[in-house]
Amino acid sequence: MSQWHSIGEFFAMGGYGFYVWGSYLVTFGFIIAEIFLVRKQRRDVRKQIARLARLNDKVDET
Amino acid sequence: MSRPGVFDAFRAVVARDMTLAMRRKTDVLNALAFFIIAVTLFPLGVGPEIETLRAIAPGVIWVAALLAAMMSLGRIFSGDYEDGTLEQMLLGNFPVSIMVLGKVFAHWLLTGVPLVLLSPLLGMQLGLGEEALWVLIYTLLLGTPVLSLIGSVGAALTLGVRGGGVLISLLVLPLYVPILIFGAGAVEALGTPSGIQPYLSIQGAILALSVALTPMATAAALRISME
Amino acid sequence: MAKSQTWLYFSSPKTFYPLAGKLIPWFTALAIVLTVIGLYMGFFVAPTDYKQGDSYRIIFIHVAAAWMSMFIYAVMAGYAVIGLVWNVKLSEMMASSLAPTGAIFTFLALWTGALWGRPTWGAYWVWDARLTSELILLFLYIGYMALQSAIDDPRRASRASALLAIVGVINLPIIYFSVRWWNTLHQGASVSPEMAPKMAADMKTTMMVMVFAFWMYAIAIVLARVRTLILEREKNTAWVVELLEAKQ
Repeated sequence: MSQWHSIGEFFAMGGYGFYVWGSYLVTFGFIIAEIFLVRKQRRDVRKQIARLARLNDKVDET
Repeated sequence: MSRPGVFDAFRAVVARDMTLAMRRKTDVLNALAFFIIAVTLFPLGVGPEIETLRAIAPGVIWVAALLAAMMSLGRIFSGDYEDGTLEQMLLGNFPVSIMVLGKVFAHWLLTGVPLVLLSPLLGMQLGLGEEALWVLIYTLLLGTPVLSLIGSVGAALTLGVRGGGVLISLLVLPLYVPILIFGAGAVEALGTPSGIQPYLSIQGAILALSVALTPMATAAALRISME
Repeated sequence: MAKSQTWLYFSSPKTFYPLAGKLIPWFTALAIVLTVIGLYMGFFVAPTDYKQGDSYRIIFIHVAAAWMSMFIYAVMAGYAVIGLVWNVKLSEMMASSLAPTGAIFTFLALWTGALWGRPTWGAYWVWDARLTSELILLFLYIGYMALQSAIDDPRRASRASALLAIVGVINLPIIYFSVRWWNTLHQGASVSPEMAPKMAADMKTTMMVMVFAFWMYAIAIVLARVRTLILEREKNTAWVVELLEAKQ
């Protein structure tokens, strides 16, 4: 904690807390959102392919 | 008669497009009507003070001309795309970029030139001086062909795509920024020591670059769309 | 034959898929480590600026995001060229999976630029040359993604948007040049937030660390997205079905 004497001061960020934390939180928020978006996309595709595979199997059986 | 050369192909495409467009004049008139209406809306919105109008006049006229030209971009290729003649044109023995240049030139004659002829009228309406009107005409003459050239890339990319009209504006508007900046900027630079010379030369450079490069891009886009 | 064979070995989706799977954890780890270092240096090592107080700390992620947004567009155009010229399906997929990340970085660059501009210039949005060209870059990304999703057939979609990316990358310097000319014309040399005349060395290194952190993150997320695209695009091939059955 080289220059911040207290947690409060750290969050106040010299009075610019809103701006600094506004940008950092939104940035890392978007990054995390993107990660979840990609994982969700991946899950949907896998489910879709699995369903396709099941359909094909059923077609082969009849 | 010797074998038709490249220029004959170019002329044939232009003649064909002109006659087709003349048969259905509405498309041409729509773009012009839009241009006039859009420009006359501004004084109603901004207020009649001639000082403010004169300040915003070049920008307003340029943006309205840009949007009017863009409205009719869709029809450069779509007519031929639907009835299959575009496919025959691609198979023709002349380079596709010649056909594209012909179509773009026809589109420019039908939308660009009328805009240039109309712009002094609207410039007076917004209080532009006589000298400024001439500069406006020069910049529009140099700028509108570029609008058609770059617009043709957007038109070729969105052939047969649903919601193509709006999509073209999304693709093409960011690419219009340089022409808009130098077009509108030239009129404002009238009184300044540097004058309008740098603006017109840069617009000329952009025009030369576009004439050289965009037909190739449009030809490639047409091949992609026609696969 | 063997030499060129290995070079092309990973250019087929089938072999690239597992490779990407192995690479992702490494890049994610690198990204996390670099981000932690960057944040620590940004908040605890870098001193408070005498002129701007602490609001300047936004510069670390603002510059990193802006730099990444332009870098990703260039890489996207590069993959687009390879995809169109040599007809390499995988590089078309890479181009399409780069776009969303690039668009997000562009938006973040604008967001952090606005939040930094407020205390520094007194307004959230200033028609500064860099911010304006960043905004136009965002429109280019949106145009790319809109074209990509508007065309149904995936092959034509990626080829058409690849061509748009190439047209875009040729226009980017022209747009940037004209916006700078336009900006200096109207405002004179705009009061852009220049840092202290000599930016302290550790501020520069912090910024570089953040840029690399974002870069590693971008690689990891794009590889993950391209794997999904591969699955989607190759869903009716045998190897995908086997792969998923094995995972069942």
